[in-house]
Amino acid sequence: MASNFELLSEQGLRLDGRRPHELRHIKCKLGVFEQPDGSAYMEQGNTKVLAAVYGPHQAKGKKTESNDVIINCQYSQATFSTAERKNRPRGDRKSLEFKMYLQQALSAAIKSELYPRSQIDIYVEVLQADGANYAVALNAATLALIDAGICLNEFIVACTASLSKSNIPLTDISHFEEVSGGPKLTVAALPTAEKIAFLEMSERFHIDHLETVIETAMAGCREIRDILEAAVKEHLLHMGSAADWARVC
Amino acid sequence: MAYVALSEAEKTYILHGVEDDFRCDGRSRRDYRPMELETGLVSNASGSARLRLANTDILVGVKTEIDVPNPLTPEFGKLEFFVDCSANATPEFEGRGGSDLAQELVLSLQNAYESPLAFDYRTLCLIPGQQCWKLYIDILILECGGNLHDAVSLAAKAALFNTKLPRVTATLLDAGITDLIISDNPYDCTRIGIETVPLLVTVCKIGDYCLVDPSAEEEVCSTVSVVVSVSMRNGEPFLSGTHLTGGGAMHRDTMRNCLQLGLSIGEHLDKLLTKMLKLEQERVGPKRPKTVGFLK
Repeated sequence: MASNFELLSEQGLRLDGRRPHELRHIKCKLGVFEQPDGSAYMEQGNTKVLAAVYGPHQAKGKKTESNDVIINCQYSQATFSTAERKNRPRGDRKSLEFKMYLQQALSAAIKSELYPRSQIDIYVEVLQADGANYAVALNAATLALIDAGICLNEFIVACTASLSKSNIPLTDISHFEEVSGGPKLTVAALPTAEKIAFLEMSERFHIDHLETVIETAMAGCREIRDILEAAVKEHLLHMGSAADWARVC
Repeated sequence: MAYVALSEAEKTYILHGVEDDFRCDGRSRRDYRPMELETGLVSNASGSARLRLANTDILVGVKTEIDVPNPLTPEFGKLEFFVDCSANATPEFEGRGGSDLAQELVLSLQNAYESPLAFDYRTLCLIPGQQCWKLYIDILILECGGNLHDAVSLAAKAALFNTKLPRVTATLLDAGITDLIISDNPYDCTRIGIETVPLLVTVCKIGDYCLVDPSAEEEVCSTVSVVVSVSMRNGEPFLSGTHLTGGGAMHRDTMRNCLQLGLSIGEHLDKLLTKMLKLEQERVGPKRPKTVGFLK
């Protein structure tokens, strides 16, 4: 094993007191801002992310030639979000990588045939980083897309997983567990269809364990999906109660 | 700046409202929009504050670092401002789109904080000529609803108030080298005095009248504005910097009136902010409500 630090205690608890399969505490809210067409705030443990969606609108510049929808993402991280101050909020390799991954995963979820020749802008801002930044950013982006009323095939949610030294899979990795040197697997999935839209793994473990770790991450995705769905319903109830249509469904 | 499209009729409507001292949202020319302020929401920063002024949303985080003081001012610590215009505010800020606006805000803050009478740089000194604190004041603009200068300066002052510097003791080693020991106890910390810390007040000229706290729509109607930075000392407002923004020009007499208005508004604003921050400070232990952040 590459990990040089035991992630699970003898009692079977993790560094922050969670059990192996437990997620961190999730809080989220839709419609935080008024200017964007859709916005959402998501908190998973100490990782806090804001997402805003503008569009669909006419594609700008040369991009109009294509008939498909253009999904434009930006991932940035506040300079004070990490323990060590970051010099640049965006434009570094990590943010560009995350931006591409966001584009990739969201393209799988958005019903692109409904938005020909249009552009959808998705901006993600990480206010506080404490592990699983990409996963939380993607979940926030999903909520913002729903708030903007953009048609999705299904909720697209992401979750991370790792493997302890004693080969027990762990869900939802915190920053401390990330830097302790264990493997890290990020999965973005369409949980109901059981489709995986994006998968990334770092460090290594034996191929025999891959299946169980992916299954752990998928289970995490399903759990997060339920939480997000509840948040969306709650939001709709709140929004619709003025118009008296929320109680119908 | 976030662009708002207004027709001629809408502009005239706003202009007439300003003339009658009854603006579109019912305010008079000297009124501010409602504000919400919360401190200490970013646990990774030494101090933080979030200010929402109607639609303008600002998040400030203060990070601390130990640095070597400038040889010209050996007893002074360092402050560095950084403004980031998030694309969440408007798609125009994507990539480097917001850097001009960010630069303007950084410059006006730097000017306002430049005087040692406006900000006591001596409190940031650890060992004169050798070690000092460097504070990074990182400002994140999340939504633009007009009047960014005022909102940014208010949030920065609140974040400085919230900043906790760990207590540092120096020990003398051999050969005159000093070694710093930073306290491990997170509660063993010092605060920064904010009595004289300046606030920016934008006085905006619309038609023949001057007003404060312009909304995004009113900013479009204005030809020129004066940004007045007000620093309080012994209960008296002092001017610690000023500059004009916008394309137009204004008469000297109007300018004098604008500065006067800015100073009196700044004094009032400072009193209110200090009062609110004192209240916030007293709410500790079980009296302290959970941080709300963006979940409200």
